[in-house]
Amino acid sequence: MTLNAILITGRTINQGATIENKTSLDYQEATAYCELNPKDIGILGISPGSCVSVTTDHGDVVVKLKENKGNPDGLAFIPMGPWANAVVNPDTRGCGMPGFKGIPSRIEPTEKKVLSMKELIARYK
Amino acid sequence: MELIIKNGTVYDPVKGINGDKTDISIRDGKIVDKVSGKATVIDAAGRLVMAGGVDAHSHIAGAKVNVGRIMRPEDTRSGIKPRTKITRPFTGYTVPNVYAMGYRYAQMGYTTVFEAAQAIMKARHTHEELEEIPIIDKGALTLFGSNWPTMDFVREKDMDKLAAYVAWGLLASRGFGVKCVNPGGGEMWGFGKNVNGLDDVVPNFDVTPKEIIVSLMKANEMLGLPHSLHLHCNNLGKPGNYKTTIASMELANQVKASKDRQVMHVTHLTFNSWGGTNWGDFESKADEVANYLNNNDNVTGDMGQLIWGSATTMTADGPVQYANAKLLHAKWGNGDVELEDASGVVPIYYVKQISVHAIMWAIGLELALLTKDPYKMLLTTDHPNGGPFVNYPEVIALLMSNKKRQEEIKTLHEAVHARTKIPEIERELDFGEIAIMTRAGTAKVLGLLDTKGHLGVGADADISIYDIKPDQIDPSVEHAKIKSAFSSAAYVIKGGQVVVKDGQITATPPGRTYWVDASVPRQHTNEMMKDIVKKFKNYYSMQLANYMVQDEYVTHAQVVKAGAIPVEVN
Amino acid sequence: MTVITDALCPFCGCLCDDLTIVVEDNKITDVKQACKLGTAKIMGHHRIKAPMMRKDKNSEFTEVSYEEAINEAAKILSNSKRPLLYGWASSVCEAHKKGILLAEELGAIIDNTATVCHAPSTLAVHEKGLPSATLGQIKNRADVIVFWGSNPVHAHPRHMGRYSVFAKGLFTEKGRKGRKVIVVDVRKTETANMADEFVQVQQGSDYLVVSALRSILSGHADVVPDTVGGVPKEQLIKIVEVLKTAKFVSIFFGMGLTQSKSMYKNIDNAISLTFELNSFTKCVITPMRGHYNVTGFGQVCAWETGYATAVDFARGAPYYNPGETAANDVLLRKETDAAMIIAGDAGAHFPADSVRHLARIPVVQIDPYWNPTTEVSNVVIPVAICGVEVAGTAYRMDGVSLRMRKMVEPAHPPDTEILEKITERVRELRGE
Repeated sequence: MTLNAILITGRTINQGATIENKTSLDYQEATAYCELNPKDIGILGISPGSCVSVTTDHGDVVVKLKENKGNPDGLAFIPMGPWANAVVNPDTRGCGMPGFKGIPSRIEPTEKKVLSMKELIARYK
Repeated sequence: MELIIKNGTVYDPVKGINGDKTDISIRDGKIVDKVSGKATVIDAAGRLVMAGGVDAHSHIAGAKVNVGRIMRPEDTRSGIKPRTKITRPFTGYTVPNVYAMGYRYAQMGYTTVFEAAQAIMKARHTHEELEEIPIIDKGALTLFGSNWPTMDFVREKDMDKLAAYVAWGLLASRGFGVKCVNPGGGEMWGFGKNVNGLDDVVPNFDVTPKEIIVSLMKANEMLGLPHSLHLHCNNLGKPGNYKTTIASMELANQVKASKDRQVMHVTHLTFNSWGGTNWGDFESKADEVANYLNNNDNVTGDMGQLIWGSATTMTADGPVQYANAKLLHAKWGNGDVELEDASGVVPIYYVKQISVHAIMWAIGLELALLTKDPYKMLLTTDHPNGGPFVNYPEVIALLMSNKKRQEEIKTLHEAVHARTKIPEIERELDFGEIAIMTRAGTAKVLGLLDTKGHLGVGADADISIYDIKPDQIDPSVEHAKIKSAFSSAAYVIKGGQVVVKDGQITATPPGRTYWVDASVPRQHTNEMMKDIVKKFKNYYSMQLANYMVQDEYVTHAQVVKAGAIPVEVN
Repeated sequence: MTVITDALCPFCGCLCDDLTIVVEDNKITDVKQACKLGTAKIMGHHRIKAPMMRKDKNSEFTEVSYEEAINEAAKILSNSKRPLLYGWASSVCEAHKKGILLAEELGAIIDNTATVCHAPSTLAVHEKGLPSATLGQIKNRADVIVFWGSNPVHAHPRHMGRYSVFAKGLFTEKGRKGRKVIVVDVRKTETANMADEFVQVQQGSDYLVVSALRSILSGHADVVPDTVGGVPKEQLIKIVEVLKTAKFVSIFFGMGLTQSKSMYKNIDNAISLTFELNSFTKCVITPMRGHYNVTGFGQVCAWETGYATAVDFARGAPYYNPGETAANDVLLRKETDAAMIIAGDAGAHFPADSVRHLARIPVVQIDPYWNPTTEVSNVVIPVAICGVEVAGTAYRMDGVSLRMRKMVEPAHPPDTEILEKITERVRELRGE
C-alpha cells in the first residue's frame, strides 16, 4: 500500500506546451502527476489515474498516478512545476541549486483530491 | 564647442613635430587651424601631448572574451571598482567587463582600439559588446582564413568570387579588415588536427595555407581595403616557428599594395619568433624576424609583449589552445564555429623563472628594439594573450630604458642571457618613436592615418596629455615616472570632449564603430551568393536571412568605403 | 495576410530560426516548422489584460494604470534593503541590460532561471573550462552523439533533426545511419528508445559512471568494479571504445547532471572526460539550455559585470558567490525583503520554502501571463511577449546570437520600457 521511492522531477513536452498557461486545467493535467513503473503501481494496489500523496522530508502533495514503463523500480517522476516543487529539497548545498532530483519519498494512495494551482500556492501564504 | 590646448610639448611624428611647443585647436570634434577667443583653454605647459593612442590588435569584445570572463571569476574579482555617478563598475584584469575595457584604455590615453578576431557567425555578439564599451572608437577584424567559402574559391582560383565573399563577409560581420589565423588550421581542428606548414594540404578542400594567404592578400588589395591582410601565422606556439613566420612574410612579395601601407601585417610576433626544436633548446629568433622586416618594406608586425603574472590566452587558433591546455593542465574553452574557423581560451601565468617565459619576454622587446623603423613594429601585448593592455606603460618604460631592462633581466631565468640578445641591446626609444608605435604607426597600418594617429588639421580631436616634461626627464633613469604618467593621463580628449582628467574618467560618450563597406561588381556578388546559398541550405545551422549583423547592433557606425580595383601581381 | 519567413522560435535553447508565421489582422493564424512547444507559445495563451495591484497577498487584485503600477513597483524596490531581481530567461538581451543597470542602482541581487537549470554547469566551467562548438559543427562532423541526463524528445524536440542525431552535413551525409547515439539516463525515456546504446544509471551515480569511463579511457579498466552506478563494466568498456574510435564526439547534457547529487561536480567530471577524449578523437560538450534566451542573460551579465549569474550589487561593485548569492539562497535565508520577478516564474519553479518567503515579502511581477508568481505578487505588470510581439537579441544554447523578429503588434508595452520607467522612478524617489 505504501511505496518508498526516489523522486526525480523534469521537463516533459506537455509541461512545456502548457507552461505559459499555468492557470489552465491542461497545465495541471500536464504536471500534477507522478509516474511509476507497473510493478511499483502494483505495490500500491491502485490503478493509474487514482490520486496518490507524495510525502518527503520537505512537504507533501497530492497528484495523479501515471504509468511509465521506462522507470526503474523505486523511481518516481513528477514533471517540473508547482506540484513537484511542493516536495523537492530546497537545500542548495552551497552551489545555488536546490535538490530537484534524488529525493527520498513515500507514495501512498489517497482519497484527497489534487489541489488546483491557486489552491496549492495559497498554502504558502 | 571649441577647445585649445596651449603650451604643451607635442610629439606628432606624422607632421614631423618632435617635442616642439605647439598649440592645438579643436572645434566640433576635429582638429582645426584656429579657434575663437571663446575656446576653453587647457594649459598643457610642462606636459607631453600626443594624439590619442590607437591599438591595432587587442581582444576586447565578443565570444572568446566572454568565454574568458565566464571561465575566470577569479580574474573578474581582481580590479573591482564600485560604480560612481559617472562610471559603471569596473571588474577584471585580463578579461575586464565592457566598462573597464573602455575606461582603462581611456585612462591610458588610448582612444581607438581594434578587436583582433571575430567569426562572421558570431559577429553580432562582438558588436553587442562593442556597443557597450564606452568612450573609445573601435572596430573588429573578421576571420576568413579557414572559412569554407574562402577555401572553395581559393581552390577554384576564382579571385572575383573570393573578393566578393570578403566584401560580403565584412558587410555581414560589420568588420573592418581581413584576419587570417593559422590558415587551414581552423578547418583541420574540426577533426582535432592541425596543419604543420605553409605547404600542407587541407583535406577535403585541397588548398594549402600558402594559397590561402596569397589569395586573401590579393582579394584584400583588389578591394582596396584600408588595412592589409592581418595574419596570425601557422605553427604558433611551436619551437622553431620563426621559419614559418619568415616564409609567410616572403609571400607578401607576391602581391602589390593598393595603398601606401604594408600588404601584410603579421601579428603578435612574440609568439612567432621562436627558435629551437623543443622546450629544452627553445631560443629567440627575434633578430631574424626583425632583420627580415628591416630589409623589406611590405610587411609590418606587432610585438605581443609578454607581461609577468596572469594572462588569458584567446585565439581563433583552436589547436594551439588545446595544446596549451594540455601542457599547462589548465581549464580549456574551445569554440569551433561551423564553416568558419575555431577558437580557444586558456588561462596562463607567466613566471620570471620559467626559461620559456623569460625568453618570450625578451623576444617582444628584441623585436621592438631590433626593428629599426618603429612604423614596422607596433606596441601590443596581444591583450590578453601576452598580458592585459593596462601594462602598455610598462612596455613603454622598458623600451625607453635600458636600465630598467637590465634591472629586470637580473630577476629572470638565466636562459635570457644565452638564448636572447636582449642583455646586449642598448637602444632606448624616444618619445617620437613611442608615439609611432602607439599612434602614428598603428593608424598607418590600419589605414586610418587621415583622421587618427596624428594632430594635424582634419584629424579627429583625440588627444592625450601626460604629466611628463620631455625636456627635463631622463626616461632611462626615471622609468618609473614614465610608466606612471602613461598609466594615468593628465587629460584625454576624445572627439573634442574631455573624457579623462588627472587619470579619472570625467565623461563617457559612446565611441564609434568602424567597418568597411567594399563595393564589388554586382555580377561577382551574385555568382558568389549562389555558393553561399548552398552552404546555408546544406551546412549552416542557421538561416541566411538571420546571418548578417543588423543595423540595430551598430548604432554609432563609421563606414569606410572601399571598392574593387584591378590587382597588380608581381 | 502576411507571411513571415525565417522567424525565430521563442521557446527553447534550440532557437530554431526557420519558422514560417502567418499573420491575419494582427493575429497569428498559422505556425509552420515549429515543434509542439514553439507552436503552443507562438499561437498564444490567455494573457493578463492590465496592470494589477493589491494591498495584501490574500485580497483580490484591482486593475490600475501602468503609471500607478510602475510607481508602486519603484516604491517597493527603492524601500527594500535587499531586493532580488529574478527571472530574465524569457526576455531579450536588451531587457537584460536594463535589468542589470536597475540592479546596480538599487544595490540588488540579480539572478536568472539558470539558477534552477544550468548554473551548476557554470560552476564547472569555472573549474575546467568548456570545450564546445556551434551546433552546425556538430551537424557537419559528429559521428557519435551522447545525451547525458537530457531528454530532447520532450525538452528540445527539433534538436535531433536540426543539429544532432538526424542532421546531415558535409561529413555526415548519411545522417542518422552514419551516427551512433548513446543515451545515459536513470530511466528509459523516449530519447533513450532511439539510442543505439542506452546506459541506465542508478539515480545519483552519474559522477561514478563518468569516473569509470575516464579510468577505462586512461588504460585503468582493471580498477573498475563489475558494475558502476548500476552499469555493467562490459558496457562501459564498449562505450569507451565507441567514443575513442569516433571521428567527432558530441556530448550534450541536461538537468540529469546539473540537478543530481554531486551537481556541478558531475559536469566538472564530464568536461574532464571531454578533454581527455581529445587525446584520441575530437570531442566537444554542450549544455542543453532550456529557455530560448537563458544563455543570453549569462552572456550579457558576463560582459557587463564579469559574472554570468547570481550577481550581488550590495557593495556597489559586482559580487558573485552562488550558494550565497543565488536566488534560492537569499530566499531560503529569508534575506530578501522585496523581489521583482520578470520573464521567469519563481512561483512555479522554486521549492516550496522559497515560494513561502516570496509570499511574505512585497513582490513585483513583470510577465505576459498569470502564473504561480502572480499568486504571491503585490504588483503585476503585463508586458508584450519577446520574440512574438517584440524584436530583440537571444543567444542559442551554443552561444550563437540571433535577432528575434516581431510577428505582430503588441497590445502591451515591452518589458524594456517598463524597466526604464521603473529605473527613472527609482532615481526620482531617491532624489537622484
